[in-house]
Amino acid sequence: MNWIPNIFRRSKIHDDLSEEMRLHIEERTEQLMGEGMSPEEAGRQARVAFGNRTLVEERSRAVWMWPTVESIWGDVRLALRQLRRSPGFTVAAIVTLALAIGANAVVFGVLNSLVLRPVNVSHADSLYVINHRTDDSWESYPNYLDLRDRTRSFDELAAMELSQVALDSGKEPSRIWGFETSANYFEVLNIRPYLGRLFQASDERGVNSAPYIVLSYSYWQSHFQADRNVVGRVVRVNKHPFTIIGVTPPEFRGTFTFFNANFYLPIVNQDQVRGDSELNKRGSRGLIQVLGHLKAGVAPAQAIADLDRVGAGLEKAYPKENTHEEFALGRAGLPGILGRPVRAFVSALTILAGLILLAACANLGSLFAARASDRSREVALRLALGSSRKRILRQLMTEALLISLAGGAAGLFGSVALLRRLDTWQPFSGVPIHVPVRPDANIYLVALLLALVSGLLFSIVPVRQVLRTNPYEVVKAGMSQRAGRRLTMRDILLVAQIAICAVLVTSSMVAVRGLVRALHSNFGIEPNNVMLVETDLKMTGYRQENILATERRMIEALEAIPGVEHVGLVNFPPLGRGGSWKTNVFRDGTSDLRSANAAANAFMYVMSPDYLHAAGTTLLEGRTFTWRDDGSAPPAALVNRAFAAQILGSASNAVGKYYKVADGTRIEVVGVVEDGKYLSVTEAQQPAVFLPVTQQEPLGEQWMLVRSSRDPEQIAAAVRASLHSIDAGMPLDILLWNRELDFSMFPARMASLSLGVLGVMGAMLSITGIFGMAAYSVSKRLRELGIRVALGAKRKEVLQAALGRPLRLLAIGSAAGLLLGLLATRVLAYIVYQATPRDPLVLAGVVLAMVLLGLVATWIPAQRALAVDPMILLREE
Amino acid sequence: MRETTPRDLFPGALEMMILESLRRQPAHGYALVQHIQQRSNNLLQVEEGSLYPALQRLLKAKQVKAEWGVSSTNRKVRTYQITAAGVRHLEQQISSFERMFEGIALVLNPKKATAN
Repeated sequence: MNWIPNIFRRSKIHDDLSEEMRLHIEERTEQLMGEGMSPEEAGRQARVAFGNRTLVEERSRAVWMWPTVESIWGDVRLALRQLRRSPGFTVAAIVTLALAIGANAVVFGVLNSLVLRPVNVSHADSLYVINHRTDDSWESYPNYLDLRDRTRSFDELAAMELSQVALDSGKEPSRIWGFETSANYFEVLNIRPYLGRLFQASDERGVNSAPYIVLSYSYWQSHFQADRNVVGRVVRVNKHPFTIIGVTPPEFRGTFTFFNANFYLPIVNQDQVRGDSELNKRGSRGLIQVLGHLKAGVAPAQAIADLDRVGAGLEKAYPKENTHEEFALGRAGLPGILGRPVRAFVSALTILAGLILLAACANLGSLFAARASDRSREVALRLALGSSRKRILRQLMTEALLISLAGGAAGLFGSVALLRRLDTWQPFSGVPIHVPVRPDANIYLVALLLALVSGLLFSIVPVRQVLRTNPYEVVKAGMSQRAGRRLTMRDILLVAQIAICAVLVTSSMVAVRGLVRALHSNFGIEPNNVMLVETDLKMTGYRQENILATERRMIEALEAIPGVEHVGLVNFPPLGRGGSWKTNVFRDGTSDLRSANAAANAFMYVMSPDYLHAAGTTLLEGRTFTWRDDGSAPPAALVNRAFAAQILGSASNAVGKYYKVADGTRIEVVGVVEDGKYLSVTEAQQPAVFLPVTQQEPLGEQWMLVRSSRDPEQIAAAVRASLHSIDAGMPLDILLWNRELDFSMFPARMASLSLGVLGVMGAMLSITGIFGMAAYSVSKRLRELGIRVALGAKRKEVLQAALGRPLRLLAIGSAAGLLLGLLATRVLAYIVYQATPRDPLVLAGVVLAMVLLGLVATWIPAQRALAVDPMILLREE
Repeated sequence: MRETTPRDLFPGALEMMILESLRRQPAHGYALVQHIQQRSNNLLQVEEGSLYPALQRLLKAKQVKAEWGVSSTNRKVRTYQITAAGVRHLEQQISSFERMFEGIALVLNPKKATAN
């Protein structure tokens, strides 16, 4: 390989060559002049005899070139010059692609981190979460122990539970979220500590035996200022001393997607942390994840059979607590109940983003085709001067690739910035919810691939055009004036592109409509003017016995605040982030009270007497509770209308009827309340019961609802002062209920937002597409239009001639897109709440949107067509 | 001017003629063209420019070397000289070319060839 030194000698070689050739022609000229020719004639003859000097020079240089790379570099430089000459085209093309590739990179980033590799642990492919086939993953601790000890398919099983504690490290105690895990959690996941050590199976020696806390890297950074001496320090967790033993590595964020744990505690210390413990209650399913690596060589199906075997044994041994449930395996990360919708949603987004890219390619393809036909004269000249068609195609291809790479780079840049924002975004203060989308190498690779593929896609559009060019015809006749009535490639591309865009616009409108409907449906509560106060008496060391009395004092203190209308207390407010409780209910006649015979698994709310007024839930029948519905009174319950209809026959005669709970207690229904939404706004109507706080186990952790039309800030201050006068150390979170509701609206909002963004992108793409087409067709036919005007055509006729075709194509494309979009929204309806394609408003909206897009996009070309001055045009030619 | 349409030379033919000319005496590009046209009795109408890519190939293969100088007519010229490698290459080429030519002649005109 001797091209390396040649590169440095290159310019000398080129200079020598040019000089030599110049001297050659000079010598020939002089000789011809010596034979009696005029200088001009001699010069011409000499050049003819020499042949095509440029070509000779190029070929001579080619001898020395590092062949492909060098000529590609040449192409690139030429392409850059060409693109600089038409900045409008270049910018439009790059922006279009940047948007399309950016959207795809973002969606891929989300897909990549949520679906493809949700948990950042080694050997993630053999890590499974044990789900029930009903998609929920909740399990009780005793069941977990049995599963762990009796199954043979897993190396080891770990379990974890979400937990919120007050952490006191000497300054003001802060309420933070984290995991209570089985002590083998880190061993199962094979996580090495970043600092100190992590707790392990051998730390677990019975109840409250492991007062250790492990901090997450981000919490250690933000709240302990990355202090390396933190290991060994004793902090107070809900007033109990725990030793910080280590910090997890930064890349590990737990096995529960969307939830960034701040700490990890051994679950055996649950009794200390919470003041009571669920570790002995087989019926209390508090564990949100049980997970482990499959043994090498064990197939998932075998493991499921193994789990079902153990499950059948548990059902036989504990029929009251265990229903017949079949197991399934899920991927760690997305919790079972979330996994399916998230996966479906992200897949739908991927498809839509792919459509965007296709539309962008179609758009650029027609732009390039238009450009190639504008340049057909140049192409013809180059062909006539001896350039090969291959060379010209390579040139066009180079331009396309340059644009696609520039667009890809811009899109990638934007999307990485956006993903980083998303990654650090905490939509809710106080809850470590986040969308874990750290951009990685895969994203760069995908963006590069997309750029290259789309570049190739739209650069092949004008190929046929170039191959067909007949240089002689073009040079002789000027622009080929085949004023096409024929269907060209460009028309097809435009229709395809508009159809795709219409699909996007339709789906985003359907999604947005669905959201609007969801937001305006009746949730069975009236959150306006209500302040939520979250407290946890267990965090301040109260034991069971004195909780109820304190709660009553708190309610009375709040009611005494001027301007407060109602005060309610409840275990969890509906649609709150705290989750919900559910309970098995049986018909009064059922005597075999195993869970399999339950009439329903109803939402269960534990409330104070005035809760209904505070929450704004309407009482339809019967009465609400009083403080006299206490332990000595007969057990009473309120039910919602769905419960009454489903289990008691009907709402109107439900009052006075009874239902049973798992321990056999008969509970009298004393009232019926309106239906509502409890866990998420998208759920189907569920049965719910409301029980008096006076007849239940004390809550400790509870929410107070304060209804008042006074200024929220003042109320918040008064609430704080009043509750702190009861207990100065009580941890309080005060916020507006509407703000809290954002939490349950979050998924639907995010879904609609992303679909809306894609819809807007689709609309923008169709504008540029139609605009390009219309502008091109006007500029092509300016002369014809000029003649028409000169011959007396009216404005309407001119417009018809100029824009009829693009508008017809727009109509065809929109109709096709609308149809496809309606088909597509059937799929969408599974994801977006209340998304229905059979909505006249959506249909009208899409049609209107497409018409508006058409008007916007053809406005400027239409103005240009109308402004045609025949005199100027005809004089020019 | 030309009776017949010019025919492309086969690959390597021009190089061979250049090397042969240079073996007789070093020359610059213009002189080489003149020489080849004269020696072929103007039967070979070589486009003058096509000489240069060929010369570059020979330079790259180190079969000739070039030097700027001044000619007898006091012109600035770049004179080419054949190298030892060039001579070896030329001899190989000539012998293989002669065999090829003989073969072609036999196929085209068997009688005449056997008469020889």
